[in-house]
Amino acid sequence: MISQSLLEEFQAKVGADNVFSEDTDRLTYSYDAAVLEPVMPGLVVRPATGEALGQVVRLCNQNRIALTVRGAGTNLSGGTIPIAGGVVVVTNALNRIEEINEQDMYAVVQPGVVTAKLAAAVEAKGLFYPPDPGSQAVSTLGGNVAENAGGLRGLKYGVTRDYVMGLQFFDVDGQPIKTGSRTVKCATGYNLTGLMVGSEGTLGVFNKITLKLIPLPQDRKSMVAVFDEMGSASEAVAAIIASHVVPATLEIMDNFTIRAVEDYSHAGLPKEAAALLLIEVDGHPAQVADDAAKVETICRQMGAADIRVAKTAAERDKVWAARRTALSALAKLRPTLVLEDATVPRSRIPAMVKAIQAISARYGLAIGTFGHAGDGNLHPTILTDRRDKAEWKKVEAAITDIFDQALALGGTLSGEHGTGIAKSCYLEKETSPATILYSRRLKAALDPNNILNPGKIIGG
Amino acid sequence: MASVKELTRLMKKLEDQLVVCMRCGMCQAVCPVFAQTGREADVARGKLALLDGLMQEMFKDPQGVCERLNRCLLCGSCAANCPSGVSVMEIFLQARAILAGFMGLPPAKKAILRGMLAHPELFDHVMAWGAKFQKIFTREVNDVIGTSCARINSPLIGDRHFRGLAEKPFHRLLPALDTAPAKGRPRAAFFVGCLLDKFFPDIAQAVVAVLQSHAVGIFMPPGQACCGIPAVSAGDTQTFGKLVRHNLALFEAGRFDYLVTACATCTSTIRKVWPMMLREETAALRARVEKMAAKTLDVNQFLVDEVGLLTCDRQKDGEPVAVTYHDPCHLKKSLGVAAQPRAVITANPDYRLIEMPEADACCGMGGSFNLQYYELSAGIGRRKRDNIQASGAVVVATGCPACMLQISDTLSRAGDRVAVRHPVQLYAESLRSKP
Ligand SMILES: Cc1cc2nc3c(=O)[nH]c(=O)nc-3n(C[C@H](O)[C@H](O)[C@H](O)COP(=O)(O)OP(=O)(O)OC[C@H]3O[C@@H](n4cnc5c(N)ncnc54)[C@H](O)[C@@H]3O)c2cc1C
Ligand code: SF4
Ligand code: SF4
Repeated sequence: MISQSLLEEFQAKVGADNVFSEDTDRLTYSYDAAVLEPVMPGLVVRPATGEALGQVVRLCNQNRIALTVRGAGTNLSGGTIPIAGGVVVVTNALNRIEEINEQDMYAVVQPGVVTAKLAAAVEAKGLFYPPDPGSQAVSTLGGNVAENAGGLRGLKYGVTRDYVMGLQFFDVDGQPIKTGSRTVKCATGYNLTGLMVGSEGTLGVFNKITLKLIPLPQDRKSMVAVFDEMGSASEAVAAIIASHVVPATLEIMDNFTIRAVEDYSHAGLPKEAAALLLIEVDGHPAQVADDAAKVETICRQMGAADIRVAKTAAERDKVWAARRTALSALAKLRPTLVLEDATVPRSRIPAMVKAIQAISARYGLAIGTFGHAGDGNLHPTILTDRRDKAEWKKVEAAITDIFDQALALGGTLSGEHGTGIAKSCYLEKETSPATILYSRRLKAALDPNNILNPGKIIGG
Repeated sequence: MASVKELTRLMKKLEDQLVVCMRCGMCQAVCPVFAQTGREADVARGKLALLDGLMQEMFKDPQGVCERLNRCLLCGSCAANCPSGVSVMEIFLQARAILAGFMGLPPAKKAILRGMLAHPELFDHVMAWGAKFQKIFTREVNDVIGTSCARINSPLIGDRHFRGLAEKPFHRLLPALDTAPAKGRPRAAFFVGCLLDKFFPDIAQAVVAVLQSHAVGIFMPPGQACCGIPAVSAGDTQTFGKLVRHNLALFEAGRFDYLVTACATCTSTIRKVWPMMLREETAALRARVEKMAAKTLDVNQFLVDEVGLLTCDRQKDGEPVAVTYHDPCHLKKSLGVAAQPRAVITANPDYRLIEMPEADACCGMGGSFNLQYYELSAGIGRRKRDNIQASGAVVVATGCPACMLQISDTLSRAGDRVAVRHPVQLYAESLRSKP
């Protein structure tokens, strides 16, 4: 419980309007997008200045109160569920784009800026911020950095990590720490930026983020390749990459997902196809024409039954609308949707897809698989009803099997959705006991009272 | 007040719809209230979580949930963008009904809804008195928009710039119509709706004129009642049911192919809310409601999709007037009607349509939301105002009289000289010279 006097201290720091203590308000900060049990925080605060944010962190540490930072609460691993109670700190009032520097091509933002808003603002200046998680219309850049979020353009453009040039964050005492810089190169000090990316609010609280921008590609071309066999689709992926063409986006959809999308949106997808590849190449117009032709040839050689190249912007939009509706279309089939994120070296995609199909058959569960084939990052999506206890047991077993398979194929538990609490108990399997110990020591040194998002990533 | 156990039992009937929300949070991108406040309890995900909490007996007192549930425009932006297809509107309306039944309606609301709205004749009468008295208490502030503000300090009016009640409501100007169509033309029933009747009789007149120009037969019975949306939004299903039955009986007496309205909210209420909120009624009543709902459509949609627009010649000299269009939530998000009103506007060559940014963002009216949360509502309205200004248009058209009230208020307060019109009014201007 938070005492009255402490409540007043928080009110003094952030303003009474930005402190929520009623149970009805607190309940709305007890969950995120992960399928996990909600936990109520003791208090919610919404600082409107960076200074107030730092003071809140300090106050929590002084009083040994757990602190969970929350952006848009869209993470899929339980990162913002305040499992130890305490204070939830909402960053969405810190939503200023402080600078977009066209000459040096970087942007400085507060952590609560919504990803798509930054992307639109830089695009208006002819620049490009590529990381585009499916949640970009709502996700915050602070949340993106803390989860090392990816997106559809990972293959060519990388993920959030590749764009974080520097950070200003608060340590557990509320002291400002500066890491990285606005320069392309920076070789001073430890690479604390690297440590903070993907730290899920367990090591510090971001206050300012400096992000790299790049020139906007001049041209792009999209196409859909239809395959009768999952195997040949995956081979096409491998062949495209082996031919040294790097598409901006290279997505795959299995038959289950194709059927769901088609039934839902009537986009004209071939329902009998075993797999679709959705591909976009971008860059200089001449290069784009070249790359597109190459990709088309390779897909045909690998046995594509049909290839449709988008000729107009409207056709291109249709291709990506189909991909974007994958999650919606699947979500509408059953009440509960569990979106997994197992990732394997891309040459192992055929094996992983086979394994998922076997797991689906073994437990009698509906699993649709789509995802970023070019990155080896699949999203096996389990459809269920959480209220059905017997089926839920099977779902949990299936998730464990999916993880085991991904690891057996040399992959990782999560390509982009983070560890949070959903995957913390599996982390040792992927790494080693010593890795967990090392991480815990690091955490203990930086956060001796264990108040920063306790229980996440490394448990404890 | 009944026991919380009882409330939990009632809430259980929403369970199958509540579990569809996967807490993805995508509704944060589109909720106009959340855009103002950044508070999770204001966005659909938060409200659905609260209703879930109520169902799980998480709260001793439902008052807090009730208050948060009411901080909502019922604009349907969240439902239109929900990847999981949650029936947000139905859940919210059902929950409001359950909570109002459980806690009782607040006395003021009860007096207005049950004492007045439920009795169309009395309602007309009271409003007629209002129209007479408003001149004494208000003064004109903006002649282009036609708004007034309070002369003396009035707690109800506050610093609103409101469109006044019409001196003579439409039902006094034209109580009833029953005309035959020209050969091969359809017959349309005209559901006038409260706001057209009492605030915008000129729009109702334009509708009649336009329908006549198209040689469409018109059935307009006297004694029409409200569509019921204010009642059902307040959780008063009793008054709602009464109004639906009254209107059903009235219109079933005539023969027509379509039921046309010029109010986005009335259209979406009859088409969607009537069937949605009467599911537990007898099969016979449901069948009647379904039949009426299936015939109901917006006047712009009727003109474009069912009868076809007439080609018009220019009536005025000089540059065409720049007009911009605001998409009412109840047309675009609820019914998918967006192209037709634009076609109706551009059918008049004296106007040139320019799109404003975020044309389909909610204006912030939300019926009684505006009365209860005026500051929030005004904040959302200001954004609409800025977008209208950004378009550079001197006329803003929209297909919903409720939006027109809100937009008039927000423009007038900013001192803008932009006229607020209904698409059908612009179209009617071009038909005026036709036989
Ligand atoms: C429909 C949908 C699609 C998605 N698609 C993708 C996708 O394509 N790719 C992908 O990678 N992810 C995806 N996600 C997951 C999620 O959107 C991302 O993880 C995103 O980065 C989370 O951002 P957020 O603002 O919601 O952060 P939150 O969920 O609020 O927080 C995430 C983590 O960041 C921490 N955090 C937040 N702000 C700060 C701060 N200022 N300082 C320190 N720590 C902080 C939190 O404590 C938490 O641990 C998707 C989610 C949904 C619901
Ligand atoms: S968008 Fe739909 S499913 Fe997602 S949180 Fe909002 S209401 Fe729930
Ligand atoms: S109906 Fe409108 S105001 Fe209400 S929660 Fe949905 S988007 Fe927000």
